[in-house]
Amino acid sequence: MHYLLDIPAMIATSYVLGFLFYGFYRQYNARIQRRWGPSIFQNLYDNLKFLFKSETLSHGPMFFFGPMIIVSGAVTTVLFIPFLKDSIWLQGFSQHGNLILIIYLFVLGPLGNALAVGSSGNPFGVMGVTRGLTRLMGLEVPFFLGLALVMLQYETVSVHAIMAAQSSIGEWTLVTNPIAFLVILLPFIASMNAAPFDVVGAPQEVYAGPRVEFGGRFLGVLMTQNMMLSVGKLVLLVDLFLGGATNLFILIAKAFALFLLITSISAVFPRLKTEQAVDFFWKVPLGLGVVGVVATVWLQ
Amino acid sequence: MYRHSHCEGFQQDPTAQELGLAGPEGGLGPLEQLVAWMRKRSLFVLAFGTGCGAIEMRPLMTSRFDAERFGIVNAATPRQADVLVISGYLAIKTLKRVIRSYEQMQEPKYVIALGSCTINGGMYWDSYNTVKQVHRYLPVDMYINGCMPRPEALIEGFVALQGRIARGEPGGYQRYRERIDWYKANQRRVLGDNMLPDYTYDWYHAGGIA
Ligand code: SF4
Repeated sequence: MHYLLDIPAMIATSYVLGFLFYGFYRQYNARIQRRWGPSIFQNLYDNLKFLFKSETLSHGPMFFFGPMIIVSGAVTTVLFIPFLKDSIWLQGFSQHGNLILIIYLFVLGPLGNALAVGSSGNPFGVMGVTRGLTRLMGLEVPFFLGLALVMLQYETVSVHAIMAAQSSIGEWTLVTNPIAFLVILLPFIASMNAAPFDVVGAPQEVYAGPRVEFGGRFLGVLMTQNMMLSVGKLVLLVDLFLGGATNLFILIAKAFALFLLITSISAVFPRLKTEQAVDFFWKVPLGLGVVGVVATVWLQ
Repeated sequence: MYRHSHCEGFQQDPTAQELGLAGPEGGLGPLEQLVAWMRKRSLFVLAFGTGCGAIEMRPLMTSRFDAERFGIVNAATPRQADVLVISGYLAIKTLKRVIRSYEQMQEPKYVIALGSCTINGGMYWDSYNTVKQVHRYLPVDMYINGCMPRPEALIEGFVALQGRIARGEPGGYQRYRERIDWYKANQRRVLGDNMLPDYTYDWYHAGGIA
C-alpha cells in the first residue's frame, strides 16, 4: 500500500523537478546570451507536445523496445535512489538496493540507445552512439573511481548509510573528501550530457545523434526519461556529497545548487571533440582520482 | 522537364485554396484546448534554407529577435520538427527534397513559406526552374510576404500560425491527406521523371493515422 503511493510520488517529483530544472536551464542560458528566453515551463510544453504527436515511423520491433528499455532503466534508477533521509516517503525500493546496483542501472540507457539506433540504421544515429560509447569509456573510469572513493571512505555501499554518516555540514563528503567530489564532478557533467562534453547529441555535427530517427511520441518518451534520470543523478550526488535532505525543500535547494554549478560550467565552455573529451577524462579526473585513492588508503 | 507552357503563372486553382476543410464543430473540448495550447507554445522549426530568405532565419533564432520566447526553436531533423519553413525561391530540384523532408515530419505539421518567390515567383517569375506557387505542391499554412521578410514579419507570421493552432483550425497536413492525389499530380507535372518513388508516400493512401 505504501509503495503504491510512494512510487508515483517519486516519479512525479522527478518529472516535475526535471522540467522545471531544464526550463530554468534554458532561461539561464538565454540570459547569458542576453535574450529573454522561453518560459520556465517550456520543457513541459515540448514534452507534452511530442507525446501528443503521431508516430508513423517503424524500423522493426527493436526500434520500439529500445526507448522502452531506456525508460524502464531511468525509472528503475530513480526508484532505487532514496530522495529523503530519515523519512519513509520518497524512498522507492532503495532499502533493497545499493550504490553498486545503481551504477549497473546507469548503463541501461546507453544500451537501449545502441539497440534502437542499431536497428534504425541511420548513419548519424550510429555516429552518435559511437561517440556516446567512446565518451562512456572516458567518463566511467573516473566516475566509478570517485564513487569507489566514497564507498571506501564510509566502508559501505548503502546510500542510506552514507547519508546517515553525514549529519552536519562539517561531515558532508564534500567537506571531508573534496577530492572525490572533484573526481566525480567532471564525469558527472558529461553524464548529464552538458557542454563541454555534449559530443553525443551535438545538433550541428550528428543531427541529434542517437535521437536522429526518433520523432513524435518516441522523442517525447526519451525526453521524459532524460529529465527524470537527470534529477535522479542530481539527487544521488546530493545524497552522497551534500548529506542528503530531510525534506523536499532542502532536497530541491541542494539539487538546484548542484544543477546551477553544472549549468554555469557548461554555459561558458564550448564543446570538446570526442577524443579531446576522453583524453581529458583520462588525464585530469583520473589523475586526481589516483591521488585521492593514495590519500584515502595511506593517510587514513 | 518543366516548360513555359506548364508555367502556372498567376492563375490560382480556385478549388485548392479557397475550400478549407471544416474545423471542429462547436469549438475544441477542454482537453483538446490544452493540447492545442501545448502545440502552440512549442514549435520546432525545420528551416529549409532554399533561397536568400534563409538569411533572415538566423537573426530570428539568435539573441536579437530571440524566437525562443515564443517556444520556437530549431529542430535538428525533419522527424522532430513541427514547422517546415521554406525560405525563398524553390528550385524544382530542391522541391523534390523539400517534399521528402515534409513527408518525414510527424503530424501535426505546418508549412510556412517566406518571400514573394514562394507566393508568385517574385523576381524569378519567368524562370524555367523554379516553382511559382508553392501551395500547389505542398500545403502551405502561412505565407509571409516581402522580399525578404524581416524577422519582425516572421515573428508575426509565426504568431498568426500559433493563433490558428490554438483555435484548432485544420492545418495544411489535413489538406495534404485529403487531397493527396491533387498534390501528387501537381508534383508529377513539374518533377516528371524525377518524381519521388511511390513508396515514399503511398502510406498516405492507407487512410487513418499509420
Ligand atoms: S522573395 Fe526575395 S529574398 Fe526571398 S528568395 Fe525571393 S528574391 Fe530572395
